[in-house]
Amino acid sequence: MSALLASGATSFVSDALDKQVQIDAIGLGAIYALMAVGIGLVFGVMRLINFAYGQLIMAGAFALAFASDHGWPVGIGIALCFAVVLVLSLAMERVVFRPLRDQSAAVMLIATFAVAFLLQSIALLWFGPLGKTATSLVQLNRPISLGGVEIRKITIVAIVVAAVCLALLLLLLDRTSIGLHMRAAAMDFSTARLLGVRADLVSTTAVLIAGALAAVVAVMLTVQYPTVTPTYALQDTIIVLAGVVVGGMTRLFSATLGGFFIGYVSGILGGALPSSQSQYLPSFVFGLVILVLLVRPDGLFSRGRGLVERV
Amino acid sequence: MRSLRTGAVELVAPALLVVATGLFGLVVSQTTEIYVVTALISVSTVVAIYVFVGNSGVLSFGHISFFAVGVWAAGVLSVPVAEKPATMPYLFHFLGSRTVGNVPSLLIAAAVGGVFALVVGLPLMRLSGLAAGIATFAVLGITNNVLRYYEKIGPGLNTFSSVPETTGLLQATVGALAVIVAAFAYQRSRLGRQLRATREDPAAARAVGVSIYRQRLTSFALSGFLAGLAGGLYIHFIPINVDAVYLDLTFITLAMLVIGGTSSLWGAVVGALFVSGLDSLLAEMEGGLTVLGHTIDLPEGSRIVVVSSVMALVLILRPSGLTGGREFSLPSFGRRTAEAK
Repeated sequence: MSALLASGATSFVSDALDKQVQIDAIGLGAIYALMAVGIGLVFGVMRLINFAYGQLIMAGAFALAFASDHGWPVGIGIALCFAVVLVLSLAMERVVFRPLRDQSAAVMLIATFAVAFLLQSIALLWFGPLGKTATSLVQLNRPISLGGVEIRKITIVAIVVAAVCLALLLLLLDRTSIGLHMRAAAMDFSTARLLGVRADLVSTTAVLIAGALAAVVAVMLTVQYPTVTPTYALQDTIIVLAGVVVGGMTRLFSATLGGFFIGYVSGILGGALPSSQSQYLPSFVFGLVILVLLVRPDGLFSRGRGLVERV
Repeated sequence: MRSLRTGAVELVAPALLVVATGLFGLVVSQTTEIYVVTALISVSTVVAIYVFVGNSGVLSFGHISFFAVGVWAAGVLSVPVAEKPATMPYLFHFLGSRTVGNVPSLLIAAAVGGVFALVVGLPLMRLSGLAAGIATFAVLGITNNVLRYYEKIGPGLNTFSSVPETTGLLQATVGALAVIVAAFAYQRSRLGRQLRATREDPAAARAVGVSIYRQRLTSFALSGFLAGLAGGLYIHFIPINVDAVYLDLTFITLAMLVIGGTSSLWGAVVGALFVSGLDSLLAEMEGGLTVLGHTIDLPEGSRIVVVSSVMALVLILRPSGLTGGREFSLPSFGRRTAEAK
């Protein structure tokens, strides 16, 4: 295999530098960055890794498919998507996350595992293994020509939307009192509570923002991959989770960067790997993840002390 | 200090439970017997995972990779040579040209699982916490990806066929007992106690000269060995493909361990039998379902709805599991009070 890789190295590099591949990779990175923010925000406040995040996106995507099935206008479909994802997020927080707030990270992670499989199996019962198709926004998948490069409109939309969402979030965290409370809770939850930060409010807000981002991601993913199945976005979530840990979970910024980074790298590898090896793309990405974790267990972009688990 | 007597009870109780389950399988119908065998193989799998996760306190999502390579090793080697080209036409010559018997194939499955775990653990056991969890997940992803597409070492996306179905009640019971004895012997040994010390207080353990890395690595390798054996037992029971040894199995086995109580052998056995029993019951209720308890590539999905709800419920109401993460002990039996944190 190494000989094969060596002979393909030159074409690999030129493929990787191809503008088309670059832009698609940035688009994927933008979507993954949004998912990373959703996961990282909840982790920051509650020290909880939400494995069920992908199933929120799946639920939103099914809402969109449901709307386009019934011939409803795009706006209503998107509204339904947001409503479904937000209600599910709230329910998840109330029923599962809140009672488990004082448990170890492992117990909470396993609990979100259970929620993930619960939602997935409900979707399987409801929509069947073949799923449904969301078609109302498909025209965004058409390419436009920009400086000799064919760019799909959704790629531009994804990059712009991600930038706007991140800017809004930054404003919220930086300029509002609930943002301040969230940052305080992320730094030291119990001390923040002593100083009058309301735990329930902060965690609900974090979960709601994460949910809204999941809905945004659902809209953008269904444009590119209109066939919605019960395992929709599952693979992406696993990769983003890895990316978030690779980036460093201690800070939202490094987690987001990690999400973008892994999306970008997957995009580049996917575009540049020869087709005979593209089926091994997950192996390459996961291999890279292990490598980075071994070199920098606290995260690629983290600084100072590593992750200290709550005692 | 625990006396010899309580030590014996801690081994005998789970072993008796397994034997009782096996005997139960003798008196029930053919269909129910399949559930019983599945449950016994689940016991082997969950106890194998427990050897590492329970004793070290480090979560691993990677153990189904060791189970999977066990399935592959035992499956590929025990299919008769004449049958191999049908489902596995691209095998390496040394795999395609020979067939081994039941017991050797199980031992090879265990050995492959153990060696794989050792090789993976050499770098990975330096990590802890979240990094370790994600890294083991990455191992699972890579293993699944390679088994799925690399057809020189197995059937790829095809389902295994013509593997001799030698795992019946007897073999499943003996297998589960062997795994339990190994797990017990390990956790009572010097090595196991050192590892448990690192779980309780890493700093103190290190201060008395325990190498966390070495203890975790030993346990990881042993755990992989037992998981490989469980995989071998499984493929000799039922024909499966690569999808049966990925996320769903990871979820259900971790669910069993957590529901039972992560930090005790008794918990692992109880959890595996409890969830398997629940699962079989639901399957019977769904009706018309005759095969194995825990792959969900079936159109009916209501079982996993209930199992995952029960799991979430147990976590919320009893975060340390049904057994409270304690070993079986006679005096407190029947009136267990406050659970350990």
